[in-house]
Amino acid sequence: MLKQIEGSRAVAEAVARCRPEVICAYPITPQTHIVEGLGEMVKSGELANCEFINVESEFAALSVAIGASAAGARAYTATASQGLLFMAEAVYNAAGLGLPIVMTIGNRAIGAPINIWNDHSDSMSMRDAGWIQLYAETNQEALDLHIQAFRLAEELSCPVMVCMDGFILTHAYDRVDVPTQEDVDAFLPPFEPRQVLDVADPVSMGAMVGPEAFTEVRYLAHHKQLRALKLIPQLSAAFQARFGRFSGGLVKPYRTDDAETIIVALGSVNGTIQEVVDEMRDAGTKIGSLGICSFRPFPLAQVREVLQHAKRVVVIEKCLAVGLGGIVSDGVRNALSGIVLKGHTVIAGLGGRAITRAALRQLFQDAGNDELEQLTFLDLDADLIQFELEREARARRSGPTAEAILRRVGTVASQVA
Amino acid sequence: MELQTVKFYQTGTFTVGNRLLAEDERSVQANMDRTNSLNSGHRACQGCGEALGARYAIDAAMRATNGELIAVNATGCLEVFSTPYPETSWKIPWIHSLFGNAAAVASGVAAAMRVKGTPGVRVVAQGGDGGTTDIGFGCLSGMFERNDDVLYICYDNEAYMNTGVQRSSATPPAARTATTPAVGREPGNVFGTGKNVPLIAMAHSIPYVATASVANLRDLERKVAKAMEIAGARYVHIHVPCPLGWGSLPADTIKVARLAVESGLFPLFEVEYGEITGRTPIRRKVPVTDYLRLQKRFAHLFNVAGEGRVAQIQAIADRNIAKFGLLEEARTHG
Repeated sequence: MLKQIEGSRAVAEAVARCRPEVICAYPITPQTHIVEGLGEMVKSGELANCEFINVESEFAALSVAIGASAAGARAYTATASQGLLFMAEAVYNAAGLGLPIVMTIGNRAIGAPINIWNDHSDSMSMRDAGWIQLYAETNQEALDLHIQAFRLAEELSCPVMVCMDGFILTHAYDRVDVPTQEDVDAFLPPFEPRQVLDVADPVSMGAMVGPEAFTEVRYLAHHKQLRALKLIPQLSAAFQARFGRFSGGLVKPYRTDDAETIIVALGSVNGTIQEVVDEMRDAGTKIGSLGICSFRPFPLAQVREVLQHAKRVVVIEKCLAVGLGGIVSDGVRNALSGIVLKGHTVIAGLGGRAITRAALRQLFQDAGNDELEQLTFLDLDADLIQFELEREARARRSGPTAEAILRRVGTVASQVA
Repeated sequence: MELQTVKFYQTGTFTVGNRLLAEDERSVQANMDRTNSLNSGHRACQGCGEALGARYAIDAAMRATNGELIAVNATGCLEVFSTPYPETSWKIPWIHSLFGNAAAVASGVAAAMRVKGTPGVRVVAQGGDGGTTDIGFGCLSGMFERNDDVLYICYDNEAYMNTGVQRSSATPPAARTATTPAVGREPGNVFGTGKNVPLIAMAHSIPYVATASVANLRDLERKVAKAMEIAGARYVHIHVPCPLGWGSLPADTIKVARLAVESGLFPLFEVEYGEITGRTPIRRKVPVTDYLRLQKRFAHLFNVAGEGRVAQIQAIADRNIAKFGLLEEARTHG
């Protein structure tokens, strides 16, 4: 059924059709409307046979989900930003215990300075926690990925994060096709846990493992992700067969066949990139793009397959690995091991800074002319940086950096152009 | 299995042997049908109060729930000594997740039982004082506030014993720990610090709160059994001496626990919906020095400089006795 709804609402409707049994909610700033929508559905009785629990912290939210999942219930929660960091210990724990929890990340920046807007710093910080991470490009894909995520999680006994750009997707009203309950039921069988807290068959879960077997246990977690590399395309195909549209998969190449320049990115910015690619193709430039949906597991072979014949790769990153550069770039370089081509990392969209078509077009042209540094920051205000560095050099007690540069910038709305 | 003859007898400390009681009043442990939930063979130290308390508490909860019980454990001594894979002493479904989230994990298990249509299966969360009063306190308070159907049992040995005896917010004044060493002008833990979680639990107005001691195991069993008859959030705080951390003799665990109760330093009481409904009177009041002298963690008090500080601890005990009416009741009923 076609609906014109907010991205968060679309996800709530998708999750509701997955028949979750325990949903935990904590409204850390920044909050999305996902759990609010689900809470209303549970309270009204629209979503039956589901416990909705208002917890006291994000750490508790995932911990409640851990208990519920270990006891055999399909468990779900949503978070972002500081909330994800606050639950970090439980994020690793849920994966280590092999509990198939599904969690939405409405991607946002991490402070300080406190900032509620979009980038990928939150989910990137948890990339090695053992969860599968899928990044949605559109609201429709975000909706669809949740339905695939529960099946993926439960087939592998591995938790899944569905990452969608905060505000850009979560708060955008867009037309989405909300599937029927019957179709979702046909796609997603009831949860049958591999391990469960059962009084009829007692097990001990989560006990200590020493050096004699820790490596093997960790390897099996890696092996699970390797199996996901096969399963994700299969589920995407099965989803397409039932619902009639393609969503998910490992990677999405766009006009890459003869491309000399290929742009790599995660999430909603791929839409803007594709528009710029179309414009530049029309002008005769051999350019394409590669959207990565599955960041964990990282599809090394598929990325290599697409990129190996290009002359240069530009990775657009919504997260800064401070002291290094890009995180996605690391994976891309790993995929291109032994292949010599130019690689560029572009840090863009931090803390909600708009990534415009004009800026991308200039960037891609610079790359094509071999005028791009290996690491650049899109739309970085060099004068402002220079001003602050000089100011700090003048006095030992120079005060808060963020305040000083904001005083310089003045009170303005987030700059778009 | 060959049956072993067990002798019970009346002791000089007002405890009563099982044989003097009617069958249905006897300890769960006196019954061959007990579940041995925390089975023998675990790695607890000699004289471990926590192992004793957990064994009695969980077996009592098992009897009260007809064996339909799931346990959630915080990180700590109990978790470590009872499990390292491939071994486990737990004969009931048991999960350990993290140090600070046992109450929340238990809330999740309880939610799953409701939604799965098996509300008869009950949940016990358990942790030491560190996992309860410090790192797990947020989750604990949240579980209380939501009135989730969980019995949380805190085994209080008054410091972080598993990690090498560091101070917790349940460590008493003057106690020597690895992070409150017995050096300087005021050796040991600082006076005027710490928190009383049973009273904080009481302030949540949850259905049931009780303190218990391994010195009074039948009272402990009764309180756990009572807790399991009540729906909603419940809290039982059990005082469990730790020979390793306290520097007491393993053989003195019960004695030390009893002296804590009889000196007034660890009052035994029950609370229902925020109102104190029961207290265990002190039968024979002892000075706090009787309790302190048996423990090396307080050894520094017994020199000239320590005198005033012993008096401060005695004042704490006397305040407890007055506050809970622990002696008045004894006169009334004695």
